Amino acid sequence: MTFPSEPDAVGRDLPRRDGAAKVLGTATYAYETPLANAAYLHAVQATIARGRVTELDTTAAEALDGVVAVLTPSSAERLASTEDRELAVLQDEEVAFRGQVVALVVADSSEVARHAAALVRVSYAQVAHDAELRADREDLYAPETVNPGLPTDTAEGDVDAAMAAAEVTVEETYTTAMYHNNPMEPHATTALWDPAGDGFLTLWDSTQGVHATRAAMASVFGLDEARVRVVCPYVGGGFGSKGQPHVNVVLAALAARAVPGRPVRLALTRQQMFSLAGYRTPTIQRCRLGADRDGTLTALAIDVVEQTSRIKEFAEQTGVPARMMYASPNRRTTHRLAALDVPVPSWMRAPGECPGMFGPEVAMDELAECLGIDPIELRIRNEPRVEPGSGKPFSTRNLVGCLREGAVRFGWSERDPRPGARRRGDWLVGTGVATSTYPVARMPKSTATIRREGDRYVAEIGAADLGTGTWTTLPQIAADALGVPVDSVDVRIGDTDYPMASVAGGSSGMTTWGSAVVEAARAFRTKYGTAPLDGDEASGTVGPPDDRYAMHAFGAQFAEAHVHRDTGEVRVPRLLGVFATGRIINPRTARSQFIGGMTMGLSMALHEKSVLDPRTGHVVNHDFAEYHITANADVDEIEAHWLPEHDPHANAMGSKGIGEIGIVGTAAAVSNAVWHACGVRVRDLPITLDKVLHALEAQSER
Amino acid sequence: MRSMGVAGAGKSRAVKREITVRVDGIPRRLSIDTRMTLLDALRERLGVTSPKKGCDHGQCGACTVLSGGRRVLSCLTLAVTQDGAEVVTAEGLTAEAATPDGRHAGRDLHPVQRAFIDCDALQCGYCTPGQVVSAVGALDEFEKGWPSAVTKGLGAPRLDRAEVAERMSGNLCRCAAYVNIVTAVQQAAGAAAAQRTAETEVAG
Ligand code: FES
Ligand code: FES
Repeated sequence: MTFPSEPDAVGRDLPRRDGAAKVLGTATYAYETPLANAAYLHAVQATIARGRVTELDTTAAEALDGVVAVLTPSSAERLASTEDRELAVLQDEEVAFRGQVVALVVADSSEVARHAAALVRVSYAQVAHDAELRADREDLYAPETVNPGLPTDTAEGDVDAAMAAAEVTVEETYTTAMYHNNPMEPHATTALWDPAGDGFLTLWDSTQGVHATRAAMASVFGLDEARVRVVCPYVGGGFGSKGQPHVNVVLAALAARAVPGRPVRLALTRQQMFSLAGYRTPTIQRCRLGADRDGTLTALAIDVVEQTSRIKEFAEQTGVPARMMYASPNRRTTHRLAALDVPVPSWMRAPGECPGMFGPEVAMDELAECLGIDPIELRIRNEPRVEPGSGKPFSTRNLVGCLREGAVRFGWSERDPRPGARRRGDWLVGTGVATSTYPVARMPKSTATIRREGDRYVAEIGAADLGTGTWTTLPQIAADALGVPVDSVDVRIGDTDYPMASVAGGSSGMTTWGSAVVEAARAFRTKYGTAPLDGDEASGTVGPPDDRYAMHAFGAQFAEAHVHRDTGEVRVPRLLGVFATGRIINPRTARSQFIGGMTMGLSMALHEKSVLDPRTGHVVNHDFAEYHITANADVDEIEAHWLPEHDPHANAMGSKGIGEIGIVGTAAAVSNAVWHACGVRVRDLPITLDKVLHALEAQSER
Repeated sequence: MRSMGVAGAGKSRAVKREITVRVDGIPRRLSIDTRMTLLDALRERLGVTSPKKGCDHGQCGACTVLSGGRRVLSCLTLAVTQDGAEVVTAEGLTAEAATPDGRHAGRDLHPVQRAFIDCDALQCGYCTPGQVVSAVGALDEFEKGWPSAVTKGLGAPRLDRAEVAERMSGNLCRCAAYVNIVTAVQQAAGAAAAQRTAETEVAG
């Protein structure tokens, strides 16, 4: 058997299985693992952006009552692998970015650890640093590939010639800010080194992938993987920043190995997360569109400039969605990086697609304006028949359906296209649209085991639930694959003691783990039929993707923006998204994913910006008071809908990943709505009142 | 690099105090460093990890508990000030759900907690205990007729979307369950009102 074409459990609106534990607060997160006699770790951070530590005076810290250990580059153990320089902490005296860890303190209480860390005196030999991203830097370079291994540049046809010949062109530069993931649960690890025998390291770590974390730590510490266990039943949000281990895991393990037999707890402070837990690079996007009078694109180009850190490269794939979104015979996409003395950037919800659908989608709105064509119609006219570049057929592509359905639900047909033409009281009112997309990813490795335990079925796989709903949705898939009621199935996830699972990243979780579970169910039924005995078990492994098709999810987002005519304050009372993302496993958890993504997109549109002072290399607004994320009162109506879609090529379930697409396109829809409200094109995020005020003043003078 | 000592650095000692706090109905006696917050005392000394630490600076609300029936940020509350206090976390709200005759004693969830599950007003769950406690406190404030920044006029406020969102804005949720949180709080308030009406009818 495979997966039933008319599933029973899949598609049902079931409440979260971990709901009660979460509303009570009894779900155990990494820092909270109940272990007796725990010690607490606090990190000491560099206050320069580049140079060397010349002196570390730990005397006062060590003298404090309750301090257990102080580790510095001279006292910390030598790591087996320092290849990943983000993780090679306390191995030498070099400082490569402000906030880098230069020492750590372990103490009997978190108060003492923090006090002692403040007493560690550090002297530096400072070297001139460079932490300023500009598009005109002379040292920009082309990385070998962009995340996650895609070509850096692409070129088809002749963009320059097509632009010169085009009847209408748009040529503008757009920027997105530096963003920090800021999951509510800080990056946290509890580590225990059991010295018995050859030693055994247990890490209760807040991670999107227990197996990936184990592999990384085994390599860093030169341990056999069999001697490392990583446990993580619940993740208090990650949004990519817990997709790859950051330095907190290494610090906790280093400290635990220095105090064998005693558990060590570490939670980064909110402030520390701005330098130690990854972030999204700011991007500068030069976008060019050329079109005929009827709106057919003849040229489409995006040249991206962004930053990475000097010690470890991360190349955000910002130009990638422009490669497949619309048809155009002439196309060019490039990425150039500046390697700066800054913290290491990393994954943040929809890396590539999220920033990369800002510039191009505002540019499309600008083109629609120039042409006098409805922005929805413009997109429909440029719908490709096959995937541009590869020439492959799409497994399913329902972008047009999303635009049409959204237009009806949002009431788009009544829209007067003129900007600045509607007023409600003191507010200028506008509406805007933009599209969303996200690739369907399948990781190469994941295994699940299904076992009969008494009268129940248990599926085990080291998968993660970051709020995505895995605890609830995997049993739905297992139940249908086994042909049993969902109530008779349990899952166990979040532990390297279970079979190997890929990281929860790239919206690949359900496609990958779900496929492994379906395979395990198939093997189980083949082996034991429908009357298995207690203890019977079988395993299954995810197969390769179907390479004949181009697989992407699509969506359309609509925004209503209000701009205050005197103050320029921008409010977004209404967001509406329609998505085409294959079969929905659980509408309740799915809706939360879409709405959560859209709200984060709203946050990006209006509020978020990490302010890195190039003079110090320091993110100055490094807390929730100054790095504002959308709060409850910033949100009004947010609706997510989806088209009935079943993608037979994506995976057995017919589903596509949904964790990231919700944030893609939101900021562009908001910017387009703001233009429609007040006539100002805001090409630099976030859309703050200072960016529209000048135009409002000019209007009122007229 | 060399490590170097400061001559004559002496032992510095924390100031300790004994306090007794009732936590979720159970008296807990402990000796604390006077610098310790209520949040750290709960989480790190008593193993009560229902309140969460999201910022430690009073900026996120994840650490919200009830003290003396009012919602407070436990990360901004020094434990030493809570001697003799009655502290309730999300975990302890279940006791409140029990009727006086104990019919619903045990793990019965508080109506706010049930509404959060019903409305999927959570995702990762890390902000959730704080949201739940904050909602309980907010509904009580609303019951008492306290106005908020968005309350219009002097009459009794209505529990519309804007009121709930305003009163719940001290609790950040990065998963952004806000839309569902508002619905859940309204649903719980409606359930509580219906419950009161039913009780009045029975009593009458
Ligand atoms: S932890 Fe107390 S408000 Fe954030
Ligand atoms: S549920 Fe994740 S932060 Fe609120």
